[in-house]
Amino acid sequence: MTAPALRLTGVGKLFGEFRALDAVDMTVTAGTIHSILGENGAGKTTLMNILYGLYEPEEGQVEVFGKPVSIPSPRAALDHGIGMIHQHFMLVDTLSVVENIILGLPGQGLRLSLDAHAEKIGALSRHYGFDINLHAPVWTLPMGMRQRVEILKALHREAQIIIFDEPTSILAPQEVDGLLQGLRRLRQEGKTVILITHKLEEVVAVADRITVMRSGRVVAEQPVAGLEKSDMARLMVGRDVALSSYDVERPEPGEVVLDARHLEATNSHGVPALKRVSFQIRAGEILGIAGVDGNGQSELAEVLTGMRHPDGGALTLKGTDLLPLTVDQRRHDAKISYIPEDRHHTGLVLDLPVWQNAALRDFRRSPFSWKGWLRPRRLREIAADWVKRYDVRLRGLDQAVRFLSGGNQQKLIFAREIEAGPTVMVVMQPTKGVDVGAIELIQRTILKARAQGVAILYISTELEHILAVADHVAVICGGQFTGILPRSEATLERVGSLMTGISETPEAA
Amino acid sequence: MIRIVATLYALRTVWALFLAFGLGALLIAVSGGNPLSAYSALIEGAFLDYWGISGTLVKMSPILLAGLAVILSLRGGLLNLGVEGQIYMGGLFSSSVALYVTGLPTLLHLVLAILAGALAGGVWGMIAGLLKAKRGINEVIVTLLLNFVAINLVSYFAGGPMMQEGAPYPYSEEIPEGLFLPIILPMTDAHLGVVLGVVLAVVLWVLLRSSTLGFGLDLVGRNPQAAHYAGVNVGHTVIMTMFLSGTLGGLAGSFEVLGLKHRLYHLFSAGFGFDGIVVAFMAQLNPLMSVVTAFFLSGLKSGALMMQRAIGLESTVVDAVIGIVIICVAASQAFVFKADQWRAWFSRRQRLDAALAAQPQETR
Repeated sequence: MTAPALRLTGVGKLFGEFRALDAVDMTVTAGTIHSILGENGAGKTTLMNILYGLYEPEEGQVEVFGKPVSIPSPRAALDHGIGMIHQHFMLVDTLSVVENIILGLPGQGLRLSLDAHAEKIGALSRHYGFDINLHAPVWTLPMGMRQRVEILKALHREAQIIIFDEPTSILAPQEVDGLLQGLRRLRQEGKTVILITHKLEEVVAVADRITVMRSGRVVAEQPVAGLEKSDMARLMVGRDVALSSYDVERPEPGEVVLDARHLEATNSHGVPALKRVSFQIRAGEILGIAGVDGNGQSELAEVLTGMRHPDGGALTLKGTDLLPLTVDQRRHDAKISYIPEDRHHTGLVLDLPVWQNAALRDFRRSPFSWKGWLRPRRLREIAADWVKRYDVRLRGLDQAVRFLSGGNQQKLIFAREIEAGPTVMVVMQPTKGVDVGAIELIQRTILKARAQGVAILYISTELEHILAVADHVAVICGGQFTGILPRSEATLERVGSLMTGISETPEAA
Repeated sequence: MIRIVATLYALRTVWALFLAFGLGALLIAVSGGNPLSAYSALIEGAFLDYWGISGTLVKMSPILLAGLAVILSLRGGLLNLGVEGQIYMGGLFSSSVALYVTGLPTLLHLVLAILAGALAGGVWGMIAGLLKAKRGINEVIVTLLLNFVAINLVSYFAGGPMMQEGAPYPYSEEIPEGLFLPIILPMTDAHLGVVLGVVLAVVLWVLLRSSTLGFGLDLVGRNPQAAHYAGVNVGHTVIMTMFLSGTLGGLAGSFEVLGLKHRLYHLFSAGFGFDGIVVAFMAQLNPLMSVVTAFFLSGLKSGALMMQRAIGLESTVVDAVIGIVIICVAASQAFVFKADQWRAWFSRRQRLDAALAAQPQETR
């Protein structure tokens, strides 16, 4: 039997105290498509960065085609025949396809023989059935073509093992088929493909084996044949989901506050991201949105908060039309609070001190300012009060928010958004990158807001966290709600199968 | 130890100046001058005698205002490279109102002339803001190119419709004497413009520090995504920032005409708009600091003339010395001191000392 293309034994990687990878074992047979499945933060990308020489593991051993190797840099990875197709392409937009492919190629000397390379790349391209104009500048090409350029780049460097990091995340649906064809073609040619994804259909369509990861560990490695999508979903989401929830009073929900009907939106790449999404949330009710990341959750949150214009549908708050309102009006007149997914780039200004970040939402309103002038002393008092009540741990109010831990940053945002006295709260991935203690505090804070009659939309990829607080769970897949279940019926199996796109709702009226 | 390094670091601009003057001295010596007498002429000509100071203040008026214009744009996350053009538009409109609007009380006429200049500069700057906000067009390129349009417009008017009859050179009629900005140092050219510039520097500082308007502008500059999230209308802020920045450029041109030239000359600004960029960076985008850096740069520029005269250096050498000074100061600003880093280096050294001390004598 020939040596496997890749064998990892006991690989571990630490970031400070945080164990990103823990004793990872994996074997990839040469000439197969091997998929690595897992939620965000499961360690997939860390693992691949180790293989591509961006990180060095603290523990364990990597063997490539039976030879133990160390991979200190991407160039070393290429020398061992490992190529990587990054999620965000590493191409120079203004250069042509050929120029991009030979950019940085070692051993070129001073004279550049573009034509010789072009001929070789052309042959390669034809061989793999890539229909691509080699002299077109990259910026004129659609995303699917740019990806082919990346693949050609790896092939031209004679990569034997090609890693794809979530390759379909930026492709239009019709381009996905082309990519999957390409992957099969690579396998035919004897290349080894490692496919990182969390889209189960793709795994079923092309992969031979899967490795499922969860919190830095490998939880399963098996052939794809005979596996159901729902089995994979269970492996991915994992553990026995604790259905026990926090014991707080759950008052009967009140009147309908937020009413969304047939919302449609496109994402920043112009691809449809929300398709006829409808739901209602009552006062004092939490609607959880479960689903694999990147299925329209961000777009939904942005449409509700006014940061993205929808293409169609209706959105009302207690009967008032929200769609014509600006972000500012939605925050202050409609009283919508928003905990964004991306704390660092959206929810906070990292270089500003804590007390100014506390004023970010309402700095133009009393009591934060008066007739157009900020009131620093009042601001500091308010910030000091919040910091105490929400247990934000810091050195001082003048500390830049950048230096707070993720959990404390999140607590500050929660303080700001809840103290504004919202009617509706849109909470997105509140527990992402936050330590366990902070998670509990955040969940309790959300429940307290619920008890005060706030209508809450809770978007998360952590099913366990949703089930701990939500009254209803909606599952989103490919921009559509595939079902809305009361919490008591939201079992792991049902939610798991809904997450794979098997719809339970006949086209909502 | 850390404290010593930190103090040295705080004074880095001073060290940079010493270094620059040292390098400059080399240059002067090589080209056959005596560096000492050159520098004493420079310093005396710029800062010490009455006439020297007045010359510095004359230059400081447009340089400071241009600096403030650049600072405002950069604080809002934009780069206004078109201050030069805004100066020209300000000069054009101020002089037009001064020359062709008649029958107003003098004070009102003066205020109107200044406002016209400010507004013209503001609109000129706002063009780039509008294009950026609505179409995403790079404001750096738009403002830069609009400079040439403005400069040539002024050349056209000063040499055409507005040109004084029989003038040997493209310039307009003189504006009415009542509209001259008051002189602040008797017998010199130093006019009120520089005082108004300092007042505006303070106003800008207060606005950026404690007004909601300034906070919103700063948010957009630091993180437009977070500003959008906070409910700030990013597009409007971009347009407003470019308008206000252009207004300051327009005022610089207005004061040049009303305070110093008293006519619309073609090519009346000697690149003051670009000096503003130097002032802004040296002041690290702090309006109050820009008063100091503008004074310094103006001093160098006016003292340079004295230096040139005193020892008969070629003006290119003088320009080169000024360039060296600016580069050194700017480089010193870019030098970042990381206390933690230094602490780590020092502690490494201390650990080594400790390890050596702990070792028995004989093995050393």
